[in-house]
Amino acid sequence: MSKSLPPSSPDTPMTTESEPLLPILNNGGSSRRNVMKGVGLTLGLAAFGKAISPLATIPDNVSVDEFLQQHYKELTDDDKQEILARLESEAKEDYGADVSITDHRPIPGVKFGYAINLSKCNGNGKCVEACHKENNHDRSTGESYIRVLEMDKGSMDMEAGNTTYDHTVPQDDKFYMPVQCQQCDNPPCVTVCPVEATWKEEDGIVVVDYNWCIGCRYCEAACPYHARRFNWEEPTIPAEEVNPEQSYLSNRIRPQGVMEKCHFCLHRTREGRLPACLEACPTGARVFGDLNDPESDIVWLLKNKRVFLLKEELGTQPSFFYFFDS
Amino acid sequence: MSSSSTTLGQPSAVAEQLKPEVRNYPRFLLCLLGIATDGTIWFYAWMFVLTAVFLVGANAWAVQVADGMIVTHMTDHVSWGLYIANFTFAVGVAAGGVMMVIPAYLYHNKRMHDVVIVGELLAIAAIVMCLMFVTADLGRPDRFWHMLPGLGRFNFPFSMLTWDVIVLNGYLLLNLHICGYLLYMRYLGRRPSPKWYVPFTMLSIFWAISIHTVTAFLYCGLGGRPFWNSALLAPRFLASAFVSGPAFIIVTLLILRRILGERISYEPVRILVNIVRVTMVINLIMVVSEVFTEFYSGGSHTASARYLFLGLHGHSALVPWIWTAIIGNLVAVCLFLSPIVFRRTGVLVIACVIAFIAAWIEKGMGLIVPGFVPSTLHEIVEYQPSLMEWKVTAGVWAFGLMIYTIGLKAAIHVFAESPHEKLEGDVA
Repeated sequence: MSKSLPPSSPDTPMTTESEPLLPILNNGGSSRRNVMKGVGLTLGLAAFGKAISPLATIPDNVSVDEFLQQHYKELTDDDKQEILARLESEAKEDYGADVSITDHRPIPGVKFGYAINLSKCNGNGKCVEACHKENNHDRSTGESYIRVLEMDKGSMDMEAGNTTYDHTVPQDDKFYMPVQCQQCDNPPCVTVCPVEATWKEEDGIVVVDYNWCIGCRYCEAACPYHARRFNWEEPTIPAEEVNPEQSYLSNRIRPQGVMEKCHFCLHRTREGRLPACLEACPTGARVFGDLNDPESDIVWLLKNKRVFLLKEELGTQPSFFYFFDS
Repeated sequence: MSSSSTTLGQPSAVAEQLKPEVRNYPRFLLCLLGIATDGTIWFYAWMFVLTAVFLVGANAWAVQVADGMIVTHMTDHVSWGLYIANFTFAVGVAAGGVMMVIPAYLYHNKRMHDVVIVGELLAIAAIVMCLMFVTADLGRPDRFWHMLPGLGRFNFPFSMLTWDVIVLNGYLLLNLHICGYLLYMRYLGRRPSPKWYVPFTMLSIFWAISIHTVTAFLYCGLGGRPFWNSALLAPRFLASAFVSGPAFIIVTLLILRRILGERISYEPVRILVNIVRVTMVINLIMVVSEVFTEFYSGGSHTASARYLFLGLHGHSALVPWIWTAIIGNLVAVCLFLSPIVFRRTGVLVIACVIAFIAAWIEKGMGLIVPGFVPSTLHEIVEYQPSLMEWKVTAGVWAFGLMIYTIGLKAAIHVFAESPHEKLEGDVA
């Protein structure tokens, strides 16, 4: 740009000795003021360094490999093996637990569905507890992917419901409705995620890549079923209580600052087993199966019972059904 | 941008002698920063206080990143709080700056044109604050690069948050370009070439409206949150933005008049007051319309509104907030509509401050938080910000005010060095 200027113009500042290199300190004013500004700047920077010094603990928790890790869908099989091994050693280091982390992929042709018989559920909360243990939830908060609403008979108004009841069940005038991720076919949480850290897999399960999520919690605001949970701090869990059977997209111990959610126990169901909440249910209220298999219990149920979907009017198209015994 | 400067306009002989040593744009900015940080003892005291507050905020944020968001009072039920509330408000302040640009460039108001940079600098400072608030809200700021197109995975166009990232950064760049270019040309004593700023200014008018519309779409697009799921949200956002932005600018102009005297014309203040008179009333009409719809029809979809205005099942944490905002809005409307605001500067300042605070509550604690109460399963978990959240918030505001102060000082210096008589007729 200097070419069009008159040759007399001293336009090569860095080579001219009279030109100050740092005009912020030398431009105009008295030299005393400039010294003061220099001192002020130095003190300010030092104070800033001190102020953000708590960040120095982060390299202990976030390795370079984790920082540079790519999105799940872009990982090769070799990448995955390396990452799984790293996560296993991190579990050993941070929690003292020997765990085995695998990467369960969907069974081709399978589409999972879940149903709950509200006539049978009696609100005993075994499913809540089983989820807590199976999925290595933070012990201090007693977190679980399932919430059970105690509701008045004669109404479906959730506003009159209660999730924090603490008395013997079932109460005569109440019925009970467990709510967890509805694995929507049109999931609002997936649409809003700015970094594609959550998506719907071929078998209908909505998963989260815990190593890709940036923790903006937009999905938590978007979900109409309160199905998502955030890791407000690093989960605590004693080594002997860690469930060592883990999967990358499901129940491995989650890092601080990321979202998580119900994944239909994909580390079990993709091996042909049943979800932990179903196995724990003493009333037989829960039915799980393959919606594409005409012989499955869930398909029989959809054909022979009258079912309803939670908040169907929102158009989220859940794979989760509620029904009553007639 | 610096390369553009030589191809535009004919440098006058006078201008050549003005500042021969500053002939490139980065150097100009650096020199200007040096000059803008010179000032009176009051200036240094002001900057010292802002720096101290900023450092407190920076420390609180660092603790939050290290220990987790547990240091906030947000929960799985109220998963957004003070940060997103302030983010939403700051977007409005940034968009409000356009209310100076429209009179200046669309209506060719000469007096407004002289001070339009005050609004553009406010937009820059407010957008920087927005970006800081969003970063403060992230659970994993270390993974910020996952959003960068090319490096990460950018869920465009499906996620409204990606739209917001684009419009906010775009608006920041537009205003940096416009301010920087006009100041540099003025400094060099050259006539700014319209083709290098008029199209950008026109674009910035539409862009200002888009930043607040997109921010409203973040919330009103969520079907599971009936309190936000209203078509009126985006218009309401705009109306209140055109209250809070101009209110802030009016106070700025009055302070500048106090410091610089008659060189700052009163005419722009008069125009802005007239704008606020209209936008405030429009905003109130929309509030009334929403409140009527919520309360007259009733039902469970209105639980959040009942919680906000009256309290629900014995929970009423937000009731004092919203009534403060409503009373503030009414008082400010009365003050703005009365002719006293033009006679008594003190009254005008009070009216602006009240309007600004009322908009801050209405769009922050009065809009973001009740969207989460009761939760989607109709549980009531209340939220009040934690001390850490207040510290981070104060830090971001302090940083924004620092940028704004430095920007204003730089602009004043340039305008003082090159009196505008020389540039008569440069208005496009």
